Amino acid sequence: MSFQTPWAVLGPAVPSQTPEGIRRRYQRSVLLVLFLLGAVVLASVWLGEPAIRFEALMSRLSELVARKGWPWWVPDFVRLIVPCSLILIFVQLVPVFVLWWELKVAAHIQVRLGPMHVGLWHGWAQPLADGLKLLLKEDIVPAGADRWVHFLAPIVAFVPAYVCYAPIPFGADMAAADLDIGVLFVLGLSGLTVIGLLMAGWGSNNKYSALGGLRAAAQVVSYEVPRVISVLPVVMWAGSLSLSQIMAAQSGLWGGVIPKWFIFYPVIGQVSFLIYLICAVAETNRVPFDIAEAESELVSGFHTEYSGMKFAFFFMAEYAYVFLGSALGAVLFLGGAEPLPLMRWLPTYVVFFGKTMFLVFVFIWFRWTFPRLRVDRLMDFCWKFLLPWSLVNVLLAGLVFLVRWG
Amino acid sequence: MNPLNPPAGVINATADSILSGPSFETKMERLSETEMLLNMGPQHPSTHGVLRVVLKLDGEVVTGAMPDVGYLHRGVEKLSENRLYPQVIVLTDRDDYLCAMLNNWAYCLAVEQLLKVEVPARAEYIRVLVGELNRIASHLVLIGTFGIDIGAFTPFLYAFGREREMILDLLDQVSGARITYNYIRIGGVMADLPAGWTEKAGKFVAHMRACLKEYDDLLTYNPIFLDRTRGVGILSKESAVSYGVAGPNLRASGVPLDLRKMAPYGVYGKFDFEMALGKNGDCFDRYLVRRNEIEQSLRIIEQALEALPAGDILGKVPKANIRPPAGEAYAHIEGARGWLGVYLISDGSLQPYRMHVRAPSFISLAVLQEILKGWKVADVVAILGSIDIVLGEVDR
Repeated sequence: MSFQTPWAVLGPAVPSQTPEGIRRRYQRSVLLVLFLLGAVVLASVWLGEPAIRFEALMSRLSELVARKGWPWWVPDFVRLIVPCSLILIFVQLVPVFVLWWELKVAAHIQVRLGPMHVGLWHGWAQPLADGLKLLLKEDIVPAGADRWVHFLAPIVAFVPAYVCYAPIPFGADMAAADLDIGVLFVLGLSGLTVIGLLMAGWGSNNKYSALGGLRAAAQVVSYEVPRVISVLPVVMWAGSLSLSQIMAAQSGLWGGVIPKWFIFYPVIGQVSFLIYLICAVAETNRVPFDIAEAESELVSGFHTEYSGMKFAFFFMAEYAYVFLGSALGAVLFLGGAEPLPLMRWLPTYVVFFGKTMFLVFVFIWFRWTFPRLRVDRLMDFCWKFLLPWSLVNVLLAGLVFLVRWG
Repeated sequence: MNPLNPPAGVINATADSILSGPSFETKMERLSETEMLLNMGPQHPSTHGVLRVVLKLDGEVVTGAMPDVGYLHRGVEKLSENRLYPQVIVLTDRDDYLCAMLNNWAYCLAVEQLLKVEVPARAEYIRVLVGELNRIASHLVLIGTFGIDIGAFTPFLYAFGREREMILDLLDQVSGARITYNYIRIGGVMADLPAGWTEKAGKFVAHMRACLKEYDDLLTYNPIFLDRTRGVGILSKESAVSYGVAGPNLRASGVPLDLRKMAPYGVYGKFDFEMALGKNGDCFDRYLVRRNEIEQSLRIIEQALEALPAGDILGKVPKANIRPPAGEAYAHIEGARGWLGVYLISDGSLQPYRMHVRAPSFISLAVLQEILKGWKVADVVAILGSIDIVLGEVDR
């Protein structure tokens, strides 16, 4: 007698589960993705540089104002309001897109598919559905919580993330506010978020949250130091703190071959970039530096007691910082909107987003590959390894620039 | 004194004791000003079930730990006193739900000792096959969840969602169930292997060998993983032996003790395999012993597949009314978590008079209060994960 289960007799239930079916589906998906990418690139080429179009519209508006006799401040006001609103909308959309991308990249790293149903095509609407769910959820405040601190913490954590986007040049002449001290502004403001995390840890009246908040404070404050120092060589090289000028300094080619991006500067460029990348991951509290939320240890760390939109604010702040760290990395080290030699026909903002999304991918890749460091080892790594080497790097950079430019 | 209306002090004491758990407050010395009590579990992402550990923390450093068990107690041992002998096998499935085959096996060995039945050779080989497959599945769960405890999520989906799933498919095809098999029966096994099963198992062995390399890349040689596990939570040889720890945890401390080698039951004497041994007894060694044991289990499966004889699958056991003579028996096997023993007393009736399970994870759990001291909160999770407990077995 031989015992046979139905599975053994029937084989796979669905024809598309056979190897040929799976291969066909993969081929179709790859073609579809290529087609979509091509369509986006073509559309962007057709649209051209938004800055130029915006200037054309603004000059037409000025004429209109002069002809109709409207108040003089109208064009200035529009010039102020429109980019700000665009940035606000953009920062709202960033977490949505980055979250979807993280879900899909993580899934494919982990030999699974990720969301496939919401929105009918590869779960593209999953983040929107998640957001809607968070919006509808009950907002729970623990009985022993410090109500005001608990309420304000997500806002304090979230607002700097928005403000930091102001001086980021998304393409040629596409910074909402082209500050002379752009680097300082972004690095300084992004450090403020830690106050929100600390408030969340304190205000929740939960021991896990308190531990998480304290960890976050120690971590972010420590990693701020090597991060800023790792950026100094770029600033010294470009001779400016303005992000758009740093970007402009990286246009052109070295020896007619290598793009003049700072990451290709021998030794100094690579060391700075690596230290910056590590610190940027640490600043966003993500694996391998996610000790502040550390799901397996502290349940959810500082946001254990947050639900609904308050939780969503922490969440959006995290993803906004992921994108911000990548954008800053792209501007400082990868030439920002400067394209590769043969890709000059691309609009600048497409180049910028390409580089930024590559760095976002690196963030996600880290997250789903590495284990988590322990608190004390994390501090050791920062103070005993990153800081000395970033200082050596700055000294080396200073020496090299002094010798070369006298 | 009226029991419904006791004096104020008495009822307050009772209420306090229920709410704040005085057994822990009083057993641990009083807290100093810089310390706090952290109640880890029974609802916590990484206590692997409903385990409660009360930690006394000084900042992040653990100065005292007290595991508390019993949240999953179902009284399996008591229940089995009211079942027929074959019906108890179903209960043993629920003890250690990650390697139910081995539980079945230990219980059936005990009953077979009482009955003095011979198990046919084919059944013995099939038992080795499914038992080793189940051991691999159980170790895969450890590797995956240990990764999660350390913070690496991806190895879990490789081990738990891919390789273990293949094992569950194989075991599903022999037994009809994925987790609670009820497959190993008194005197043999439930059914013969289905057609084509041995080829599938052979394919799985080859696949699993290749996958071990992947785990090595993700975990074993990962510098962060090494940093988190090496030298953490050291369980010395002496204290391991004095606590009665057995199995992979003991071997990780460097004590060469494996029932499959020392006192071969079934047909284990015929196989050529090595004992996976650690040196220091830290978290990394406990992980590595499991990883190496998977390799050895694959070797055993290969040899068993080759040597699989033809013949009966069930010995001469009465179809109904299994009534062992009065007496007692103790059988133990090398479970995935240590020595899994079943002690049975028969009074000559249809039901066991008393059954006791020597649950390896319960004994390993006792070590916690000693080795957690002095480590950080993050290490608590790592140590707990590396000890590899299954609460179903701890509480029974």
